[in-house]
Amino acid sequence: MAEIQIKNVAKRFGEYQALHDINLTIADQEFMVLLGASGCGKSTLLRIICGLETATEGEVWIGGRRVDHLAPKDRGIAMVFQNYAVFPHLTVFENIGFGLRMQKLPDDQVKRRVERTAELMHIEQLLGRYSGELSGGQRQRVAVARALAMEPDVILMDEPLSNLDALLRLEMRAELKGVLAESNTTAIYVTHDQVEAMSLADRISVMHQGRIVQAATPVEVYRNPAERFVAGFIGNPPMNFLPASRLDGGKWQVAGQAYDGPNAADGGIEFAIRPEDIAPSDAGLPAKVRLVEPLGAHLLVTCDVEGTMFRAVLESDLQLKAGDTLNLAPQPDRIRWFDTRTSLAVA
Amino acid sequence: MTDATAIAAPADTRKAGRYVYGAAVALLCAWVLVPIYFLLINTLSSPEAVNAFPKAFIPEFDMGSLSFFANFAGILTALKNSVLVAALTMVMSITIGAPAGYALSRFDFRGKELFRLLILLTRAFPLPLLALPLAVMFIRAGIDDTIFGLALVHTTLAIPFAVLITFSLFSGIPLELEEAAWTLGCTRLTAFTKVVLPLILPGITASAIFAFVISWNEVFAAAVLTIENRTLTAFLLQNLDTSPLHLKFAGGFILVVPALIFIFAVRKYLFAMWGIANR
Repeated sequence: MAEIQIKNVAKRFGEYQALHDINLTIADQEFMVLLGASGCGKSTLLRIICGLETATEGEVWIGGRRVDHLAPKDRGIAMVFQNYAVFPHLTVFENIGFGLRMQKLPDDQVKRRVERTAELMHIEQLLGRYSGELSGGQRQRVAVARALAMEPDVILMDEPLSNLDALLRLEMRAELKGVLAESNTTAIYVTHDQVEAMSLADRISVMHQGRIVQAATPVEVYRNPAERFVAGFIGNPPMNFLPASRLDGGKWQVAGQAYDGPNAADGGIEFAIRPEDIAPSDAGLPAKVRLVEPLGAHLLVTCDVEGTMFRAVLESDLQLKAGDTLNLAPQPDRIRWFDTRTSLAVA
Repeated sequence: MTDATAIAAPADTRKAGRYVYGAAVALLCAWVLVPIYFLLINTLSSPEAVNAFPKAFIPEFDMGSLSFFANFAGILTALKNSVLVAALTMVMSITIGAPAGYALSRFDFRGKELFRLLILLTRAFPLPLLALPLAVMFIRAGIDDTIFGLALVHTTLAIPFAVLITFSLFSGIPLELEEAAWTLGCTRLTAFTKVVLPLILPGITASAIFAFVISWNEVFAAAVLTIENRTLTAFLLQNLDTSPLHLKFAGGFILVVPALIFIFAVRKYLFAMWGIANR
């Protein structure tokens, strides 16, 4: 059982505030992904949980035990590094068994556990090799096997797939998900790749400028972004935004069209819609086509709606070209609104 | 037809490349081996054969010159002095140089670039220029004509190499490896002994060998700063100056062989150091 609690964690590097008051609870056996652009503090947070970095303020609890004053080795964690960190002077066998040897387990037990994890990661034929004789993908497998062999309560991964080529990344991603689902460990996974985050996570914590702006399931993060930043960060292409002005009776005017919106909003709000939740129709947002990119299954159409860039993913059999004008109707239940002052979602 | 030539051309190029490669290897080997071979022949020849021309390619195994040296008074003491000075130089330059190399590689501090330049500058002053003041200073400090005093000078000569070699060694070891060891149950100390040390040991050994060889080959400071406790180089320089040719060859041979044996014994560490650089 290893629930992770992060309470009021802050980190400063001199004048620079890397993390602001982070609060996060990760359930036992949950797969949590920390997602954000580089420099958002996600790696720093992971390293604080791991113990490679100390928090300036706040507490870290793992499995009901406060650990922020403990060395990494006493926290019941294992870590997979971005550059694999496979020890070059040891064979694959000794790499996987390194942590077990440090625990002074008897030889036969080390052998059994190393062989079992190696089998799990499909590297049993590589046990006698050195890291210099392995490909990037194989090294990655060794690094994961080394962490799993520890049978940790928590496994931490810092962009483990970012050094692999695209095809291998796809393959390892699926495999990692399967292996970790069976291992009963809590996992925290840092990445800047939203597709990776979506496909792996039970929950995603989206980080921005040292804060967690939303922690929710992948579908929730995608459908109901809590902040304008999340809406503009998740999804490829991201959400479209248009300015809105208040009409009577809970209606808002967007590019000359009236839509049902929130009643309570006191300041200005913005209209937001995902590009795939739009269809051409007789009445709708007036759009002038700027660019048409055929993607096979769909057309990615970049247009201009009252001077604002607006993207739509449309059926590929539409005959469109730059300069055409058409009306785009948003699917009403998919429309989202964001407060222009606080950037928060309003319902 | 065109297909055939197209296929044949790269094969020819490859074959030619192999010849060039082989020739280059042979040339390099000859560069090193031929002088040593002549040294060997002349050492193992009688005095008459040394002065004769043309030379025989097979030595006649005349041990006259060598046995002369074996019985020469003081040569064993000089040999012992050389080994002691070189060993002391090796130990001192690593104990001083390796921490400096570690600091240069792992920490940022003001004047780091200047410090690196200054280390190299210790080699910028010619020893003959420094010899007299050094000798005066050593006499005042009471360490003239001692093994320790000479080792101190040799350490100064060897330190730039020790610092720069260990600097690149430590830089070649990613911090991530140490961090991985910490997460796998190591303390800072065990991570160092189990991960960092095994990785740098070959390089440290190699840099120690450099220090040893620098000290072994150094003759000027040795000749100026010692009188009674001469090292082998200084001893031979002093005594061979007026000796006949065959004894000069034998003396050179005696000087070269220990260094060769030493490097041969630790060759795998030299290769290992390059292996680390290529990783």
